[in-house]
Amino acid sequence: MSDSPGLATLLRHHGIGRRDFLTFCAGLASALALPPVLAPKLAHALEAARRPSVIWLSFQECTGCTESLTRADQPSLEQIILSMVSLDYHHTLQAASGAAAEAARRQAMADNHGRYLVMADGSIPLGDPGYCTIGGMSSADLLAQTVAGAAAVIAVGSCAAFGGLAAAEPNPTGAVPISRLVTGKPVVNIPGCPPLPLAMTGVIAHFLAFGRLPELDSLGRPRVFYGETIHDRCPRRAFYDQGLFAKSFDDEGARQGWCLFQLGCKGPTTRNACATVKWNGGTSFPIGSGHPCLGCSQPSFWDAGGFYRPLSRPAGLGPGMAAAAVAAGAALGAVAASKRPSERQPVTLDDLETKS
Amino acid sequence: MSLLLWAKGPGFALAAVLFLLGTAMRLAEILRLGRGTDLARPRGAAGGQALRTVFSRFLPAPGLFARSPVVHAGGYVFHIGLLVVVIGYGPHLAVLGIGGRGLPAGLIDGVTLLTMAAMTALLAARLRDPVKRLISGPGDYGAWGLVFLPLATGFLLVNRVLLPFEPLLALHLLSVEVMLALLPFTKLVHAFTFVLARGYAGAIAGRKGAHS
Repeated sequence: MSDSPGLATLLRHHGIGRRDFLTFCAGLASALALPPVLAPKLAHALEAARRPSVIWLSFQECTGCTESLTRADQPSLEQIILSMVSLDYHHTLQAASGAAAEAARRQAMADNHGRYLVMADGSIPLGDPGYCTIGGMSSADLLAQTVAGAAAVIAVGSCAAFGGLAAAEPNPTGAVPISRLVTGKPVVNIPGCPPLPLAMTGVIAHFLAFGRLPELDSLGRPRVFYGETIHDRCPRRAFYDQGLFAKSFDDEGARQGWCLFQLGCKGPTTRNACATVKWNGGTSFPIGSGHPCLGCSQPSFWDAGGFYRPLSRPAGLGPGMAAAAVAAGAALGAVAASKRPSERQPVTLDDLETKS
Repeated sequence: MSLLLWAKGPGFALAAVLFLLGTAMRLAEILRLGRGTDLARPRGAAGGQALRTVFSRFLPAPGLFARSPVVHAGGYVFHIGLLVVVIGYGPHLAVLGIGGRGLPAGLIDGVTLLTMAAMTALLAARLRDPVKRLISGPGDYGAWGLVFLPLATGFLLVNRVLLPFEPLLALHLLSVEVMLALLPFTKLVHAFTFVLARGYAGAIAGRKGAHS
């Protein structure tokens, strides 16, 4: 860890009192689904924690994940947590550039070998490395070099976790997720476009407090934030159960706040905590604002059949193909019926006796 | 997601093509075959009796209900329940392109359970009766399974039992697609051919001057 003061000192420096800190720890323990008894232990561990070095690598991405973290307009839980890390390399946020920036990355790697965290957003172009190079290195080489001495890797956003937009059909760059290229190191996926800031900072807090990553699901996502579907906690769920659906964005159902399933909501197949944590300081989330969930924290959500197409509705059959099928069937049936009677095989008494 | 996407896309298209092609083929074959020429002088109207018979056979023949109440009651519950579930549930209406709210999910749940219970009773009655058991083959049990699976997976899907929503939705769609694709080629084709069978039987009886 960096030779810097602990969190308690940092918080005091930012004018945040101990009461606020303990309130924050209780909230964090709740967010991480820890038993209440662990809240004081979490506070103690975070107070004693030293700032870990974090190297943030950006590959084929849109910077939306960084925007998600940094756009809070007042001191937030996320900012408090972020003040705990020593962000030694980040294209968007660091002042240095060019050779000086790369030198800072190598210095941080050397000083904190085996202990630093790598946070990565964006996918890696394996098909043609030329689509994304940094400091004269391909994305894959930069990732491999940086991850070699890391304690853990956190893939931030759906592009890093699953390939995201760059990997959508026809995937011109041959984009792959971070986990595809990292071996021998723990990798946490925090998908979302962008992911919830609390999910990002919660994982860091867990790592700082307990020295290990939280429990993950089969897609490498922390269960505490991705354990339930949006549908499970959706405020419009009761309307789904009653069969009350908005059919368009300006009909009576939409005005009444009915379920958005038939407008393409992917809530039932999307695991994320948006419906409980919400966005903009707990103000709302897409479904709360009248828009269907796009399913952005699921793999291949760009290619999941259309944002406004209901989950259960098949792609459909064109009228031409349907008519051709009926015509071909009718023709085949007529041909079969026009066979001469001698070619048919009537059921005989022997057949019946054999069967019985 | 890939299984769900396949079920919603190519899987559905394949099932729909097989369903339309097979149904058209079976109906065309039956209509083209027609009936043998009856040279006798007609003693009644064939057409009216044909139409009447299509509907009159929805009711049991006198005395039969009392002799096998389970089969008759089960048959009604199963067929009506299946119809209610298929065209009464909101998401189904959306898939079929029909407007309307649909019935409440709780009611559909109850009807689905009742329908599955009726099907189970009918299967048990078939297995217990030596005559029915003798005349039943793989086609009969297979057709039962083809109808039961969409009901069961739909119930699990709505109530989120055993599996998460996504694989259950994929399984539900696949079970419906298998049923659709095989319907024309199994005994389930009676969903369409019952009209022709009853109509022919009614017409023959009507021509002979008998009430069917």
